[in-house]
Amino acid sequence: MTAMRKANAAYPFGFLDEYAKKEVRRTVLKAIAIPGYQVPYSSREMPMGRGFGTGGLQLTLSIIGEDDTLKVIDQGSDDSVNAVNLRSFIEMTCDGIDTTDITDKANLIQSRHRIPEKPLREDQIIVLQVPYPDPLVVVEPSEDKRKIMHGEADYSRLLVKLYEDIVKFDEITISHRYPTCINGHYVIDPSPIPRWDVPKLHQSKALVLLGAGREKKIYAVPPYTDAEPLAFDDMPFRVESFNDENGQRRCCDRCGDDTSFLDEFDGQGGEKVYQCSDSDWCREQSIAKGA
Amino acid sequence: MEKILEVRNLSKVFGKGCPNCFEKTGPELNTNICPDCKSVVAAHDLSLDLYKGEILGIMGESGSGKSTVVKNLFFDQDPTSGHAIFYDDDKQYDLFSLNAAQKRHLRNHHFGMVYQNPHLGLNFGISSGGNIAERLLMNDLRNYKEIRERARELLERTEVLTERMDELPKNFSGGMQQRVQIAKALAINPPMLYLDEVTTGLDLSVQAKILDLILEIQQEMNTAMIVVTHDLGVVRLLAGRTIVMKYGRIIESGLTDQILEDPQHAYTQRLVASAL
Repeated sequence: MTAMRKANAAYPFGFLDEYAKKEVRRTVLKAIAIPGYQVPYSSREMPMGRGFGTGGLQLTLSIIGEDDTLKVIDQGSDDSVNAVNLRSFIEMTCDGIDTTDITDKANLIQSRHRIPEKPLREDQIIVLQVPYPDPLVVVEPSEDKRKIMHGEADYSRLLVKLYEDIVKFDEITISHRYPTCINGHYVIDPSPIPRWDVPKLHQSKALVLLGAGREKKIYAVPPYTDAEPLAFDDMPFRVESFNDENGQRRCCDRCGDDTSFLDEFDGQGGEKVYQCSDSDWCREQSIAKGA
Repeated sequence: MEKILEVRNLSKVFGKGCPNCFEKTGPELNTNICPDCKSVVAAHDLSLDLYKGEILGIMGESGSGKSTVVKNLFFDQDPTSGHAIFYDDDKQYDLFSLNAAQKRHLRNHHFGMVYQNPHLGLNFGISSGGNIAERLLMNDLRNYKEIRERARELLERTEVLTERMDELPKNFSGGMQQRVQIAKALAINPPMLYLDEVTTGLDLSVQAKILDLILEIQQEMNTAMIVVTHDLGVVRLLAGRTIVMKYGRIIESGLTDQILEDPQHAYTQRLVASAL
């Protein structure tokens, strides 16, 4: 590790040069000032392919400091490929920062696809990696027109999509990237988090930053801001159900918790096994049960 | 009678335009292309009034600027100059000085438009019910059951089989697509409806049904309409008053019966005489 650090000594703290970081920070300020608005920024080349979380990474590198403790998650786990690689890259380029697996100890969390189960605090910031920032892209291919639609809060075509879903399937079938209205105006694509995590955005104590590297957009859900998933009055938004055939709530195979978002696996004998998606939550529940 | 729309000196020029555009074009000169700058004068110095519940016909050959008028009033295009005032109860809207959001609001809440080509008015990627729902959602109706009910009502009203409301409009015949389009335009009970060649290209029996429908709607809901057509029969049946256009100018206007029975302008005389 030391050898590697030496090799990288030519790079400034946080890999990006100071101007790049400054630009991202300025973009973040604007994003916070206009909740849900997609602020364009230059999105530098990173030493990894766009689409691997470069948007989130640039946010993290721009706001991290030596006193910060970082947690990196991919699909709820700290040990999956994307999380491990991003974490080691940040460790390599940001001398003096601490990293952790424990949600409670981190004050900066970069995540892909999940928001931790544990409610976040005011002193925490969560950075989400976003592949497609614009929820309107499914109904309008022209970005120019999408910008006008956002400006006028014209989301009726998005609602028509929900309507068509209900007509065809009797319920809204969007599983992730659920369009969510921030502070009563802009509708965002809240990164590929499952529906389960969408309510966590509402009046969140922590600042939520969303960065799309390939699409060159940054947007934010500031603390204590309304976040309402789009829905109909008589067909309200609902999160995933983890009930089995008998209507019984499934629980985690490892820790036994029945309140968290579950992943489905094939067990040894081909049977279905369910486990907490959030590995740190699962560990904490196991310890609590054991004690 | 209560006025609903007042248009004054509306002009629309396609191209860069020059000071001579208006002098060197028009029915007398038999052209709408300015010889100096090659701009097309689609409409010049149009003024008209429309009253509540009235149907106004705009008649003329292709390229005479009929559709341009309607497109300008429905904000599909921006006019080169002119004024238009829309009266909604005690409110007045100066149509051409509104910002984009206000225009959209008027389109969504007060106007309806039926195009000749259903592809322009309908979204073919979503069901006919969805098309109507779009209009209702724009109007801030957020209750799924109510939206379904209203869509069903409208399709029944326009004689589209309600069993087919969840089908894509591309599976429908041209006449049915047109009726879905009318249902969509009527979804919000607009006080003002623009009809741009709605029956062109449909067979006669379907034409008759759609014209009947339009008349019924006008009588039931007291909707004011501007009907653009080159078909004398349509004008005779629907419109109380008619405007005849040629090369972007109004050459004759008055009661429909008067224009059809006793045309004054040479062009109108030819038009009436040539009708089958």
